[in-house]
Amino acid sequence: MTSLGCLLGVDAALLVLSLVAMALSGRRYASAFVYGAALALSLVGLVAAAWYFLTRQTPQDLVLPIGLPWIGAHFRLDALSAFFLGVVHLGATAASLYALGYGRHEPDPERVLPFYAAFLAGMGLVPLADDAYTFLLAWESMSLASWALVMSHHRDPENARAGFVYILMASFGTFALLLAFGLLAGADGAYTFAAMRATAPSTGIAALALALALIGAGSKAGLAPLHVWLPLAHPAAPSHVSALMSGVMTKVAIYAFIRIVFDLIGPADWRWSVPILILGAATGLIGVLHALMEVDLKRVLAYSTVENIGLVFIGLGLALAFKADGMGGAAALAMTAALLHALNHTLFKSLLFFGAGAVLTATGARDMGRLGGLLNKMPLTGLFMLIGCFAISALPPLNGFVSEWLILQAVLLGPLFPQWTLKLLAPTMGAAIALVAALAAACFVRAYGVPFLGRPRGPEAAEAKEVDRFSLTAMGGLATLCALAGLFPGVMIDALKPVVQLTVGMAMPLQSKVPWLSIAPIAEARSSYNGLLVLLFIVIAATLTSFIIHRVASNALRRAPAWDCGFPEPSSATQYTAESFSQPIRRVFGGFVFAARESVDIPRPGQLRPAHLRLVMRDLIWDSLYAPIGLYVGMIATRLNGLQFLTIRQYLSVVFGALVLLLLVLAAGA
Amino acid sequence: MFDLFVDLVFQLVQMILVIAIAPLLTGLVRKVKARLLRRRGAPIWQPYLDLHRLSRKEAIVADSATWLFRVAPYLIFASTWVAAALVPTFATGLLFSWAADLIAIVALLGAGRFFLALAGMDVGTSFGGLGASREAMFATLAEPAMITIVFSLALIAGSTQLSTVAAFMASSAVGLRVTLGMSLIALLIVAVAENGRVPVDNPATHLELTMVHEAMILEYSGRHLALFELAAMLKLVLYVSLIACVFAPWGLAIENASIVARLIGGLFYLVKLAVAGVALGVFETSIAKMRVFRVPDFLGAALMLGFLGAMLLFVSRSLK
Repeated sequence: MTSLGCLLGVDAALLVLSLVAMALSGRRYASAFVYGAALALSLVGLVAAAWYFLTRQTPQDLVLPIGLPWIGAHFRLDALSAFFLGVVHLGATAASLYALGYGRHEPDPERVLPFYAAFLAGMGLVPLADDAYTFLLAWESMSLASWALVMSHHRDPENARAGFVYILMASFGTFALLLAFGLLAGADGAYTFAAMRATAPSTGIAALALALALIGAGSKAGLAPLHVWLPLAHPAAPSHVSALMSGVMTKVAIYAFIRIVFDLIGPADWRWSVPILILGAATGLIGVLHALMEVDLKRVLAYSTVENIGLVFIGLGLALAFKADGMGGAAALAMTAALLHALNHTLFKSLLFFGAGAVLTATGARDMGRLGGLLNKMPLTGLFMLIGCFAISALPPLNGFVSEWLILQAVLLGPLFPQWTLKLLAPTMGAAIALVAALAAACFVRAYGVPFLGRPRGPEAAEAKEVDRFSLTAMGGLATLCALAGLFPGVMIDALKPVVQLTVGMAMPLQSKVPWLSIAPIAEARSSYNGLLVLLFIVIAATLTSFIIHRVASNALRRAPAWDCGFPEPSSATQYTAESFSQPIRRVFGGFVFAARESVDIPRPGQLRPAHLRLVMRDLIWDSLYAPIGLYVGMIATRLNGLQFLTIRQYLSVVFGALVLLLLVLAAGA
Repeated sequence: MFDLFVDLVFQLVQMILVIAIAPLLTGLVRKVKARLLRRRGAPIWQPYLDLHRLSRKEAIVADSATWLFRVAPYLIFASTWVAAALVPTFATGLLFSWAADLIAIVALLGAGRFFLALAGMDVGTSFGGLGASREAMFATLAEPAMITIVFSLALIAGSTQLSTVAAFMASSAVGLRVTLGMSLIALLIVAVAENGRVPVDNPATHLELTMVHEAMILEYSGRHLALFELAAMLKLVLYVSLIACVFAPWGLAIENASIVARLIGGLFYLVKLAVAGVALGVFETSIAKMRVFRVPDFLGAALMLGFLGAMLLFVSRSLK
C-alpha cells in the first residue's frame, strides 16, 4: 500500500472512531478505548508520513469518487504535505498518549471523545487535499470539531464566549480562504491545485489572493490582529486538546499559507514579503508582551503560541523575499529556519500544555497566584516543564535556540537585498527577534518560577501529587525530542531538504558533511554552531567543578529557615507573585502597548483603611478593532430586525425586487 | 596531530587562565575604588582568600528550596565558564571556537541568567523574586542590544564567529567607522549592566531598594556562594576580553601563530585587563547609582545605538 493510501486510511479510521465514540457514550472504558485507538492510528500515520518523507519518494496522487459529483476528491502526498503530516501525527500521538491518563479526569467524556477523533481526522486530511473543495471541507471539519472541543465545558460563561469568538473568526477565515481559492481558480473554475499551479494569475489577482491567504490562514495560525480568539479558545479546551490546537492546528494553518503562497500563486513578488514581515514582527511582540501580563498558566502558553507564530512568519517572509530576488540559498536558509521553528514549537508547546494540564489535574488551579513550590511535589512534571520552558526561551543547547539562530543568520544576509525597503526591514526584523526572544525568556522564567518554585500560595498547591504514568511518559518523550532536536540540528536540516527544495527551489548545503555534527548554514568561516559540544562542555565543566569542590572544599550542608536579610516571613503571601514579577517590564513596555495605568492610594498616617493599587490595562487591538466592528454589526442587526415582521405582500415585493436586481446585474455582465 | 595537541593545550590554558585571573581583576577594581576614596583597601588578592574562606564553610539551604537551588550554582558557573573559554583572550583560532559563534555565546550567558533568576525565585522570599524580576527586565533590553551589536560586528567582518571577527579587527582593513563607535558605546553600556556595576547595580551593596544581583543570591552561602562570586568575576573577565579582542586587538596572536607570539599576546592581554580594571574603578567612583527605573532608559540608549549602527551597515553595504 502506498503511503498516501495508508494516511487516507488512518483519517477514515479516525472518522469511524468518532462514530464509535458516540456509540460508546457513557461506557466506563470509552476514554481508554478511544484514546488508545487514536494513539495507534496516529502512530501508523506518523510512520507512514516519516517513511514517505525519509525515503524521498516521488509525489503520489489519488482521485476518489466522493465529494462533489463528476469531479471527485483529489488527494496528493508530496514532501511539503508529508512534513506537516508528520508534525500532525507526532502531536496527535503525544496528545493521545497523554490523554490516556489525563482523560480519566474528564467529567463528561462524551462531549470530548467523538470530536477528538474527528479533529484528528480533519487535521490529517488538510495537508492531503489537492483541490480547493476537499481542502475547505477538511479545513472546516477541523475548525468545527475543535470548536466543539472548546465548547465541551460550555456552562462556564468564559468558555461560551471563547467558543462564540472562535466560531466567528474561524468562519471568517474559511470565507477568506474560499475567496482566495476562487481567485486562483479563475473564471473557468479550475479548482484542482494542479490547475492552479499551472496558471499564473495576474499581479493584482495574486496580491489579492495573498492578502486573503494571510487573513484566512493567518487567522487560524494566530497572526495579529486576527489572534484575539486564540488566547480565549486554546485554554478553554481540555489540556490535551489545547496542546493539539496550539501545537498542531496552528501548523496546519502555516501549511495552508505555505501551500498557497509558495506553491499555488506562482512567481513571487518581493513586495509581498513586506506585510508578512511586519505582521510577523508585530505578532511576535504583541504575543510575548501579553503572555508576560497573563496570570492564567494556559493563557500564558496560548499567547506564547501567538509569539512563536510571529517568528515563523518572519522566517517565511524572509524566505519569500529572498526567493523573489532570486537568492535561492538565502531563501532556503530562511525557509529551513521557519519550518524547523514550526516543528520545534509543536514539540515544546505540546509539552508545556501537557505540563499545565498536569498542574491542573494535581491542583485544580490554572491561576498562578494559587500555585507555588510544585517542583517539590511533582518532581518529574517539574523537570519536564523546566526543559520545555528552557527550550521555548531559545537558549542553547536545546532546540528553540537552533531555529532562532538560523533565522538570525538569514537576517544577516539582509544587505544582499537590492530593494531599500527590505534592506531597512531586515535589521528591524533582527532586533525584533532578539527583543521577542529576550522577552520570552523573561516570560518563561516567570511561568516556571511562580508555579513550580517558591512556597505554595494556596492549599491546593501544598497538597499536589505527581500525575499518572501515561502523562509523564508523554511529557518525557517530548522533552527528549526537544533535547535531541537541539543537539543534532544538522540531521533535522538535512531531513528538511526536500520540503525546502519544493517550496523555494533550492536547499541548504548538506550539513552531514560538516565535521563533528556542527551546523554551518552558509560556510564554516562565517558561522557555525554545535549544540552537542556546548552541552558536553557544560556537563564536563559542571562535573569537574562539583568534583573539585566536593573533594577540596567543604561538603557540609545544613537545612535551615530562609535567611531573607533577617526578616522572618511566615506567610507565603510575601513572595513575589506573577503580577509583581512582570511589574518592571510592564512599566517599561506597558505604557504604549496596553495603555497601562497604575494608581496608588495610600492612606494618610493614622487612617486605618487598607492601601490600594489599581491597575488598568487595555487590549488596544480589541478596543480599537473588534469592539467597533461588534458595535456596528449590532446596530445594523437592530435595523434589519424589522425585516422579520413584514406582511406576505411586502415579502413578495422584496423577492420581486431582488429578482429584478439580479436580472439587471446579469444583463450588465453580458 | 601535534598541531591538534598544541591547540588543545592552548584551549586548556585559556580555560584555566580566565578562572585564575578573574578574582585578580575584581580585586584590582576594588583596590582602585578604595584608593580613589583615599582608603587603603584590601589587598589585591583578597578575592582569592574570600573564595577560599567561603568554600570551606558549610552550605546552608533553606527548608523550602528544591533541587534546582543546589544544581543552579554549578550550571551557572559552568555556562559562564564555557562562554568565557570561547572568547579569544590572547590568541584567536582556539580549538573549540567554532562550537559556538558570538550569538551562541550571548545566548549561553542568557542561559546562565535564566537559571540565576530561577534560583532567585526558588526559596520563595520577597528579595529573591525582586532580584529575579529586575534582572529579567534589564535582560529584555540588554540582550537585544547585544544582538544588534553582534549584527554590526558580523556584517563588518563577514562572520559571526568571534575568532574571525577578532582576526579581521586585528588586520589593517578596518579603519575608522561610525558603526564601530556606536557599537563600542552600546557594548560598554551593556557590559556595565550585565556585570551589575554602578550605575546599574552595585556589587557592594545589600540595600533592599537597590540590589539586583545580590538579591537573587541572597539565600546562598558557603561553596554555592563561592561559585556565584566566581561566576560573576568570570563574567567581568569575559566582557573585558570581548571588548578587548574586538575593539583593541593589539598584540592578539592570530591563528597558527608561534608560541612566542602567543606569549606576547598573553602579556598584552594582562596589560589590557589591568587598564580595563583601572578604568572601571575610576568610572564607578565618578558616577552615582541610578534609580532602577532609570535603567531602562540607559539600556534603551544602548539598544538604539546598536540598532542604528546595524541599520547603517545594512543600508550601506552590499555584503562581501
